[in-house]
Amino acid sequence: MARMDFEVVVLAGGTSRKLNPLVSQEVPKALLPVANRPVLSYVLELLEASNLKDLIVVVEGEDAALRIGGWISGAYVDRLHVEVAAVPEGVGTAGALRAVASYLTANDVLIVSGDLVTDVPPGAVAATHRRHSAVVTALLCPAPVSGPSDTGTSGGKEKAKKPVRCNIVGLDPTRQYLLHMATGAEVEKDIRVQKSILRAVGQIEIRVDLMDAHMYAFKSVLQDILDQKDKFHSIRQDILPYLIRTQLNSEVSDNGVIKSESGMDNISSQNDLRWLSQHREIAPSAFQEPHAFGLKSLPDARRTHKCCVYIANESKYCARLNSIQAYSDINRDVVGEASHLSGYSFSAQNNIIHPSAELGSKTTVGPQCMLAEGSKLGDKCSVKRSVIGRHCRIGSNVKIVNSIVMNHVTIEDGCSIQGSVVCSNVQLQERVVLKDCQVGAGYVVTTGSEHKSESLARK
Amino acid sequence: MDNRRPSRTVSDPKVRQVGFVTPGAAPPARYLSEVPTTAAASSPPSGEPAPPAISISPVMIPPPRHSPSPSAPLAVPNPARRESLQIQVGGYNPPEVLLGSPPLTSPSSRMDDTVSQFSEDPSMSPCDGRSGAAKVAPSFPGSSGEMMVMKAGTVGGGSNTPKSSWTTASVAKTRPGIQEKEREAFVGTQNDGAGASKTLKEKTTKAERRALQEAQRAAKAAAKESGAGVKLSAAPGGAVPANTKQGKVVKSPAQKKDGPQVANPSVSSEKKVVDRPPEKDRKKDIPPPRMQFDDIHRVEKAKRRALVYQFEAKNRVELFRHLPQYIHGTQFPDLETKFFQLDPMHPSVYKVGLQYLSGNISGGNARCIAMFLAFREAIRDYSTPPEKALVRDLTAKISSYVSFLIECRPLSISMGNAIRFLKNRIAKLPDTMPESEVKSSLQSDIDRFINEKIVIADKVIIRHAVTKIRDGDVLLTYGSPCVVEMLLVYAHEVGKQFRVVIVDSRPKLEGQALLHRLVAKGISCTYTHVNAISYIMHEVTRVFLGAASVLSNGTVYSRVGTACVAMVANAFQVPVLICCEAYKFHERVQLDSICSNELGDPDVISKVPGRKDLNHLDNWADTENLQLLNLTYDATPSDFVSMIITDYGMLPPSSVPVIVREYRRENLWI
Repeated sequence: MARMDFEVVVLAGGTSRKLNPLVSQEVPKALLPVANRPVLSYVLELLEASNLKDLIVVVEGEDAALRIGGWISGAYVDRLHVEVAAVPEGVGTAGALRAVASYLTANDVLIVSGDLVTDVPPGAVAATHRRHSAVVTALLCPAPVSGPSDTGTSGGKEKAKKPVRCNIVGLDPTRQYLLHMATGAEVEKDIRVQKSILRAVGQIEIRVDLMDAHMYAFKSVLQDILDQKDKFHSIRQDILPYLIRTQLNSEVSDNGVIKSESGMDNISSQNDLRWLSQHREIAPSAFQEPHAFGLKSLPDARRTHKCCVYIANESKYCARLNSIQAYSDINRDVVGEASHLSGYSFSAQNNIIHPSAELGSKTTVGPQCMLAEGSKLGDKCSVKRSVIGRHCRIGSNVKIVNSIVMNHVTIEDGCSIQGSVVCSNVQLQERVVLKDCQVGAGYVVTTGSEHKSESLARK
Repeated sequence: MDNRRPSRTVSDPKVRQVGFVTPGAAPPARYLSEVPTTAAASSPPSGEPAPPAISISPVMIPPPRHSPSPSAPLAVPNPARRESLQIQVGGYNPPEVLLGSPPLTSPSSRMDDTVSQFSEDPSMSPCDGRSGAAKVAPSFPGSSGEMMVMKAGTVGGGSNTPKSSWTTASVAKTRPGIQEKEREAFVGTQNDGAGASKTLKEKTTKAERRALQEAQRAAKAAAKESGAGVKLSAAPGGAVPANTKQGKVVKSPAQKKDGPQVANPSVSSEKKVVDRPPEKDRKKDIPPPRMQFDDIHRVEKAKRRALVYQFEAKNRVELFRHLPQYIHGTQFPDLETKFFQLDPMHPSVYKVGLQYLSGNISGGNARCIAMFLAFREAIRDYSTPPEKALVRDLTAKISSYVSFLIECRPLSISMGNAIRFLKNRIAKLPDTMPESEVKSSLQSDIDRFINEKIVIADKVIIRHAVTKIRDGDVLLTYGSPCVVEMLLVYAHEVGKQFRVVIVDSRPKLEGQALLHRLVAKGISCTYTHVNAISYIMHEVTRVFLGAASVLSNGTVYSRVGTACVAMVANAFQVPVLICCEAYKFHERVQLDSICSNELGDPDVISKVPGRKDLNHLDNWADTENLQLLNLTYDATPSDFVSMIITDYGMLPPSSVPVIVREYRRENLWI
């Protein structure tokens, strides 16, 4: 039996267009290194810490699945029991779930996005879900502050203007029930709130400072929905709004659940309901049914279901790797303020320098930096708030600030890299100046070139 | 206590006026069994002195038809048995023996009872403890061996099957060897107890060990008895020393005192042998004495055991240090995060625990039902681990669930009673019953308990209570007791004309919800807070209150504030009627609400809903001289209670012990 009757599905995605020069055939999104560890490892370790060791990882694309599967079986060989399932590309999250739905036997499913970097315990979401016996429980986090690395450049300003991750979330006054959810892209000028829900609750709190962390706990009715609504493409855009919309007029009422259960269970749960409903009918006070809904009279209490939220504490770190900006933010945070996530022990200078890394004379590595094994730095280099991968060769007089340098990168003398992401096997020839650039894997930047806010990749 | 009672009846004539009336609706069988009830209830005022034999029981006076014969009341087969009985029902037990059945037939029937009840195997012939044990034993090694084989099978299957079913997906196959090991390790840790014991005591089979143990025990008992026998050798030789195996065993005077009871000495020795293990279970049945939370050592110990991290509460009120301190605020998130870590907990039990902790479920009945439904689900999913006896293991499981629930919120008395019922049912299961039958019988037991003791009981109470509502009455209730709410709704439905005064109090303000629902039903209501109670009481003609428990001295243990309402009502000569299901009755005696109570969240009393400007107590925890106290229950003395309406009829508070005594063993729990 699944632990606590929960099964875990990690949606590790495939490649993402938003992260374009960074991800490639060789490096699917889930394997993108964050502080020199694939981003998927953060989710897996979070789940492992919660004692969830039987996981299903769904990946888009056979290639990516092979790579991710290979990595998982190498890294977690005796720790986790992971099944990697490949789904064709472009089926969306709902399609991915459909593909594995037949393997989900437990009562509830915990769905975690593979690009989540957080320390919010999944148990808390699951517990909230259970406590309310909700149909869906979503984890909401305080939206992360977008990076201070945007130094007053024009590009930065434009980004700041655009509300990238603006979620509009409607909650009841007790902040337990999810009444409305819209993502920034869908919101134009006005939002529409369902009258019936508003009437039932009396008061809706609209929040824009919360981010949907893409960690959901779903009841087993999810499968029915997937079966019935074969047009549904994504969890966030189709299933969740559908459930929220229909929560007062449920098509997935409890009766449906019982029917889907088999013989023996059928009888007992009906009994259950009978006792409970009998007692609830005569003693509504005892069961504080949705406090919000309870007071107002409802047409038919049995045709409702609950959509709940777990709002993570301010002190918890929670971010999703869904854009280049987020990527550099997360990298910065994981070696910086959320350093407990990285799993490394920091030196007295508040940085991580692998013992096998070699530093030239007069080279300084500042705090909140990371230098992985086998990397060599020449003389008079300066590294600040950056992550440098394995086996990089970095010449003399190189400045690396606020940047991410992946594995096997060659940086020749006199380069200056600021706010950039340099992928694996890139060669930066002498005196290259990069600012807010992304350099795709294997690219060669020629001597003396200067780039600003560009995305460089092999064609 | 006895001499207080007559004076009360004089001072409060209303009590008698309302009286002990059971309307004709009650089933005739109940009437029959209520005969002693009436006798007992009516006897105290007559001032009849209690016979010496039962002077230990404070209230109980046996009906005159049973003259206290010297043999019967002390018909206690052996000290162990006696102890267990006393633990079971406290001071009321000996009279119960009296009332049980005619004295002549009682001994043998009782012995049989105890034998069949205590022996683990009913098929065991009452001949000899040893042979009996041996007879039980052979089934064990064989079955355990089988279990082992099965276990190995499942281990192999467990690691293989999921993979093979994953053929469509590309599987990240971890190396099977390691996988296997991991699984095995997991299984190993799961039932490490069994595994460890197995490896330790591989050489002796279970049967041998058992036989050895029994023999040692029997020898010990024999030695003890013979020692006593030397001392009191003057006892008449009623019993024949049939059991020659134990050499010099002369039948002990302890047994001779029972005289006619011990028809067959081998029965007694047999009983003695099998008596022990259930004895332990017996002790488990009884909810452990409330933990004294001011005892540092015990608290430390409990903390180490606890699944839920126990935080230190700040600013504890000195007088209430012995109670579990309210620590929800810190406990709840901790428990939530540990959702997946608590291994042995069944999900449904966990859910109920969370609901207790978060306050989603409150009220004695609701909590009890929720708990039982969770237990039922746990039993449904239960399977006996290999090498364990179902009865033992299931009892232990239930105990661990209960202790988890206690950590979430202290048990209510009703829940304690319900748990005791369930454990009794488990303990009485015959060993030979197959697991599936056991499970279904327990589940139906639970259903029956919920149905009979709560749902139907509530209906009966309502039927009784509605006869006390007359047209034109003004009924007062306090808080939001669910039975009273049902009663009011029912009375309204049957067309009684009345008005309701709902008295409420901070911080829970449960009355508001009640008000809302009653007004929606069309009942005319008045809402006030408890501080206006003396003002509003003038117009009230009846007070209906709920109770968390009714204790055997008639004290009503209920939501805090009830005592105040009852006292004011008493002062205004308004009858106070308590609606309480009989399963909530408890044999405990409590005189105040200090020694046993529950502490609520102190923060809620520092906040005034809707008045954010009243923030004078915002950081009260920083002030060392300030302690806030939020008690959950209080004890209403029986003086203020005119009548208790229960599913067995309407009684004066003095009759509570009778119900506790009469129905606990017979109707109530079986």
